[in-house]
Amino acid sequence: MAPAAPAVPASQPGAAPAGPADGVAVRCRGVTKAYVTGSTTVHALRGIDLDVKRGELFMLVGPSGCGKTTLISVMAGILDQTEGECTVFGEDLRHMPVAARTAFRGRNIGFVFQAFNLLPPLTAVENVAVPLLILGRPRRQALETALESLHRVGLADRADSLPSQLSGGQQQRVAIARALVHGPRLIVCDEPTSSLDHENGHKVMEILATIAADGERSLVIVTHDARIFGFADRIAQLDDGRVVRIVNDPAEIPSAVTPPRRHAVGGSQAPPTPSASLASPAPAAPSAASAPSAPPAPPELPS
Amino acid sequence: MNYVAWKMLVGDKAKYIGIVMGLTFASLLITQQAAVFTGLMTRTFNAVTDVGAADIWVMDPKVQFIDDVKPMQDTELYRVRSVEGVDWAVPLYKSLLKARLQDGTFQTCNVFGLDDATLLGGPARMLDGRLADLRRAEGVIVDSNGANGKLAHAPAFPGGPRAPLVVGDTLEINDHRAVVVGICEVSRTFQSQPVIYTTFSRATTYAPRERKLLSFVLVKARPGEDPQLVADRISAVTGLAAQTSQGFKDLTLQYYLKYTGIPINFGIAVVLGFIVGIAIAGQTFFNFTLDNLRHFGALKAMGASDGMLLRMILLQATIVGAIGYGLGVGAATLFGYLTRNSELAFRLPWQLLLITAGAITFICLSSALVSIRKVMTLEPAIVFKS
Repeated sequence: MAPAAPAVPASQPGAAPAGPADGVAVRCRGVTKAYVTGSTTVHALRGIDLDVKRGELFMLVGPSGCGKTTLISVMAGILDQTEGECTVFGEDLRHMPVAARTAFRGRNIGFVFQAFNLLPPLTAVENVAVPLLILGRPRRQALETALESLHRVGLADRADSLPSQLSGGQQQRVAIARALVHGPRLIVCDEPTSSLDHENGHKVMEILATIAADGERSLVIVTHDARIFGFADRIAQLDDGRVVRIVNDPAEIPSAVTPPRRHAVGGSQAPPTPSASLASPAPAAPSAASAPSAPPAPPELPS
Repeated sequence: MNYVAWKMLVGDKAKYIGIVMGLTFASLLITQQAAVFTGLMTRTFNAVTDVGAADIWVMDPKVQFIDDVKPMQDTELYRVRSVEGVDWAVPLYKSLLKARLQDGTFQTCNVFGLDDATLLGGPARMLDGRLADLRRAEGVIVDSNGANGKLAHAPAFPGGPRAPLVVGDTLEINDHRAVVVGICEVSRTFQSQPVIYTTFSRATTYAPRERKLLSFVLVKARPGEDPQLVADRISAVTGLAAQTSQGFKDLTLQYYLKYTGIPINFGIAVVLGFIVGIAIAGQTFFNFTLDNLRHFGALKAMGASDGMLLRMILLQATIVGAIGYGLGVGAATLFGYLTRNSELAFRLPWQLLLITAGAITFICLSSALVSIRKVMTLEPAIVFKS
């Protein structure tokens, strides 16, 4: 993983970038997003300033409706912000023509969805091949590359299975293989573990952490799941459309937000409790009992 | 991405079958009803078609269609023969007369009286006997449909089979004895009456006493002469109506189209098929797209352009359209083949296949366009909404 960086003072105009410009994958400055419904205006984002560095596993956490998904959509170039600037590898997607932006996404961004979004009639390997087919690769070649990608997530033996024949964890691993197959530089994940049990959630996070560890790809993960905070290089805590804080160490997340380490993925002895949610982002000093230990080291990917 | 489009389409079997069945039914209904309509309309002028030797039909100016006979004076024949460009002209008698069968029952028949000398205008194909046998005393030739159907002998016992009329049998036409000397094959007519051929002079003896008995004059234009010009010349010289064979067919067809409710009735059935196609196939296809909207959103997020998604939807529409069209037209053709020996009128010219293809294409395109519009306006951010 990338070395930990000092926390960026969030939501402050003119905040300095977290690192050198060439080391930044995603840069957001003063990003706002407002939805207008009739006479009502809902501000989903209220001036977001943050950087995601290359090779970093960056998490966005916060309560429901705090703007996490909106922010990740803006970062991925599938939603235009109302104001502010958001660049991905130096490209301002908002001002790109639609076709160019779509092509940019196809080449540079991989997606992992909460509901997997695998095409039910396609086999696992065919699902993984979809981004390559979108890029115009011949089908045979795409399937060969897809099989290699499935191999990386340890599912080569299930290549011909339909999504309905796979468990939730396996489906999410197929989705990760799909997100990786075309070699994107940025992978955005929306609640990748929320549909999974402890064991499968842990496996999925191990794979994602390993992907980030190669130093070439940046991962932005939106999550409610406090059990996976330990995998992050940095965590941005959002509330009411603003970045409340950015921390380098999950231990800095308040106890109301971070569950005791024994509940974390991979070391669970009891099911997660409602207190593990980010319903209340009120800052509180972490107690010794609730402070998590160092995150588990990412394992080698299955070969 | 064509492969992905195909798999998405057939992956949801219930909807896929629903769309194909909807299009099949629409295609079947449109083709079958239009073919029956075409068959019926063709029958209205089959009597003209069967008289292949003549280029021109001369008739009273008030005649509206082939069965609307308004007899002329015999002398009109000679006036027609005198017109420049006429190669030959022969009289033709045509009327509906009652025939009394051997069992005493009566049957209305379409009686044609052919020129005694040449027998021009007679049936093209004889199944039994010869056309020249009409010159035998009291001789008549009966068409095979009539001989095996309405003119067939009554069964020997209730419920028993009816024996067909054969050469040598007799019947009475307006109290005049007629002997069957031949069986011929003719096209079925609109009214499906048995067709009886005899000579012109004998036919006039069958007919009720009238001052005028010449129904039509059949004319052949001289080689090199334009039949239409000759027909115009005949009209100008004699004051009679002269139509080319095709013109007379068109006149007859126009009469049935204008003065009967047949086109409306069949048109309603065809429109119904079209609406069924739109309603079932269109709605199901749109629902199929709606069900896949999330997947289309995911593809869009992953870099699929609008053009790519448009091609996928058009391919899906083309596949179901082609399969539905093929099954529907195939079923309609099979229906026509299985009923080829029945009274049912069924004619399937290639133009009808094109019309059905056009209708199915319209249904598919309109369904696809609604779906395309939905996908084009889709925000890819939908994929992040739970």
